[in-house]
Amino acid sequence: MSDRQAGAGQATLVIDGAEVAFEPGESLFEVSARVGKRLPSLCYDERLEAFGACRLCVVEVEGIRNPVASCTTLAADGMVVTTSSAEVEAWRKTLVEMVASENREVEVDPLRGHASQELSRLVARYDAVPGRFAGEPSGKSREDDGNPFLLRDYDLCISCYRCVRVCAEQQGDHAIGIANRGFETRITTEFDGELRDSACVFCGQCVQTCPTGALADRKAMRGVDVPGEIEKTRTICPYCGVGCSVDLMTKGDKLVGVQPAMDGPANKGALCVKGQFAFDFVQHEDRLAHPMVRNDDGELVRASWDEALDRAAKGFRGVVERHGRHAVYGVASGRAPHEAAYLMQKWIRTGFGTNFIDNCSRA
Amino acid sequence: MSNPLSDMELPNVMFCIGTNMTECHPVAATRLKKAKAKGAKLIVADPRRIRLAEHADLYLPLRVGSDVALLLAMAHVIVREGLVDGEFVATRTRDYEAFRDHVAEFTPEWASAICQVPAKDIALAARWFGEAAPGAIYYTLGITEHISGVDNVQSLSNLALMTGNLGKVGGGINPMRGQNNIQGAGDCGAIPSGFPGFQACDDPANVAKFSKAYGREIDCEKGITKVTALDLAGDKIHAMLIDGENTVVSDPDKGHCEKALRSLEHLVLIDIFETDTAKFADVVLPATAWAETDGVVTNTERRPQRLRAAVPAPGEARPDWWILAELAKRLEMPGFDYSGPDEIFNELCSLSPIYAGLDWDLVGTGAYQWPVPEKGHPGTPRLHETEFPNGRGIFKKILYRDPAEVVDDEYPIWLTTGRRLQTYHTNTQTGRSEGIDYFVPHEVLEVHPEDLTAWGLADGQLAFLESRRGGIEIRVEAHPRSPRGTVFSSFSFAATPINDLTGSGYDPVTQTAELKVCPVKIRPVAENEPVPSS
Repeated sequence: MSDRQAGAGQATLVIDGAEVAFEPGESLFEVSARVGKRLPSLCYDERLEAFGACRLCVVEVEGIRNPVASCTTLAADGMVVTTSSAEVEAWRKTLVEMVASENREVEVDPLRGHASQELSRLVARYDAVPGRFAGEPSGKSREDDGNPFLLRDYDLCISCYRCVRVCAEQQGDHAIGIANRGFETRITTEFDGELRDSACVFCGQCVQTCPTGALADRKAMRGVDVPGEIEKTRTICPYCGVGCSVDLMTKGDKLVGVQPAMDGPANKGALCVKGQFAFDFVQHEDRLAHPMVRNDDGELVRASWDEALDRAAKGFRGVVERHGRHAVYGVASGRAPHEAAYLMQKWIRTGFGTNFIDNCSRA
Repeated sequence: MSNPLSDMELPNVMFCIGTNMTECHPVAATRLKKAKAKGAKLIVADPRRIRLAEHADLYLPLRVGSDVALLLAMAHVIVREGLVDGEFVATRTRDYEAFRDHVAEFTPEWASAICQVPAKDIALAARWFGEAAPGAIYYTLGITEHISGVDNVQSLSNLALMTGNLGKVGGGINPMRGQNNIQGAGDCGAIPSGFPGFQACDDPANVAKFSKAYGREIDCEKGITKVTALDLAGDKIHAMLIDGENTVVSDPDKGHCEKALRSLEHLVLIDIFETDTAKFADVVLPATAWAETDGVVTNTERRPQRLRAAVPAPGEARPDWWILAELAKRLEMPGFDYSGPDEIFNELCSLSPIYAGLDWDLVGTGAYQWPVPEKGHPGTPRLHETEFPNGRGIFKKILYRDPAEVVDDEYPIWLTTGRRLQTYHTNTQTGRSEGIDYFVPHEVLEVHPEDLTAWGLADGQLAFLESRRGGIEIRVEAHPRSPRGTVFSSFSFAATPINDLTGSGYDPVTQTAELKVCPVKIRPVAENEPVPSS
């Protein structure tokens, strides 16, 4: 990251001694992140309106007596900002300890969600002592909710409201809300029932923005005990035509889960219930694992690739001999990649000299 | 889509017609909801009170198959109230005067009798869209799966042209594509009318280009569609190679489709499962699936993006391209020696003007929207910014036609079909994913609660649903989403094959089936009563 060149007349401020240009409307948090100083935070998600709840991103501004939350403070011309000092760091450590004291001490598996390690990382970074304050969980896990996808482990909730905000601002469904205040604060739904009976559409966006794993991906968590490190591979969702970018999570040869790509051009971190949770078909026992040919008794039986390809080729050759080249037709898939569709049309056009090719878009 | 997905957050009026976007393209729908939160108006036209309708500022519950009437009347009001973008019409379009005169007779009152939408609501929709700056149109198969599918699309095009909403940020005419690479299949030339990049295959110059590239003389005439090919099975068509399509469950008129496949002398399938269609196959070849395959797919906004493999395929499954190349070699076809998908994609780019500026490495960034006419070109997020492919946008005079079959005394109920949020297509993928059945365990027919009573049915009861082509047993569910007299089912469950019933007609140009309209009758079935064969 490099500082933006300050053009003539462009507003600038000073961050930790360096002059930085900024655009009107940028917050101190954004300007700071842009120059490579990502401030600690728990309630921040760059896709959401700044909320200013966790206070971890506080900075000192010359001329202002108390530290200010950088996410809700707009950059102003001539500001002199200090993002780190002994006082600020001590304040942040205390805040992390207060937040962590609300939660039972558990190891939060990264399979729980995209942002699930945020609190754990801050605890480690500040060498925070989670039991320093006599805390009480501010939520209560909803073990009664039997839905297969979203674990509602509210014992780990720190009331950052990222789930509530992502549901409202990004998903636009307003399915979850906040009940009560103080230690009684709970994340809940209309009528406090199970998610299935609410406006929730199980898109999983709340899971992926939760910084503590209080909301977790139940399907991915099936893979907690699978040995190996989590590896991520960027690809595109296999369902509709929106083309959401996803990261496949694998452990060894096992596909354990899917997470949305926050920088996906089509989705910016959003997914739907299918893209998020409906991936078991890939490693399903029903998958075809070997070629099959129909035998004389009319049954499909296992064959080698050589046998199957020879049989397939012989059949096409025979039909052309009996009926001519216009008797062969090819149907490409709208679900397979370009290389399949391209070669299918090339196969028809090269092999038979016709345009007898279509795809499955007419159904 | 003429415009990028990101533009969906920018219109001040959004007109969604025949698109159940929150269920079928849920992530795109989040952008509409954001635009609405910023103050944009949302007009939703759909026979069913879909979830998107709950978000609408104006909901037009039109009768299935009456879209042209609604759109003609909207054009009428836009003319009558002086909301036409005169400058755009003068500089970018042609045949406007004839169109203007054509719509003069199609008043909202006339349309109201056909669409069963109040005339004042039609006029209001027209006024909002006519005054929009910008206004965007979004549609899906609710527009195209009709015998008047082309007429519907051209009617939408007329609306966009007369209001000057093409080539503008936040505007456009935007079909939402329903499968991850259905746009790409067309891009790649897997269509009977065009070579890769939609180069017409009845143009001698294109035929010469591809005949040379492929080392084979190719016919200089369009091929036939899949629908026609199935109609001609056993007569003119005797062998098929089908990749990744569960034809007998997804296609209309299942009986006809099964008969067609059975009458083939040779059927070869490439798939990841032994689907219902495999019953008719001579050879089934196992393909690698998503998550096991490297390749490229193009999304609904014309953005090619990379698929990447993360896990090994089961057993002996192989990538589709490998299977096709091997099959080609065994038929002594030249030009199928590939070492990997990158070579194939690069060959496609070399032959397709819309991909000419792309290659396997560039496409990995996902940063381009076609056309990308040469290397260094940034891609084209918005089409038609300065001109149309034909120079000017052409107004078309469209007339309303009834669906192929309309309700009558014997078949008094409209059936319309589509997808649901949690189950996808024929459910071969979602149905094998743990947890989906928690939401949708089996098929149901959504019926308006008062219709249930009127038809002597109880919520949750089994019923026998029948069209002119066939009948099935299906469980009914009281659902206020269905209007009186119209029922809905998805086609996701092979055990409830709704496509036994559909297939009343096809668009004469595209041969897309009228899957959205099918007159039916219904009667209760006692739980132990044997189902009549159809």
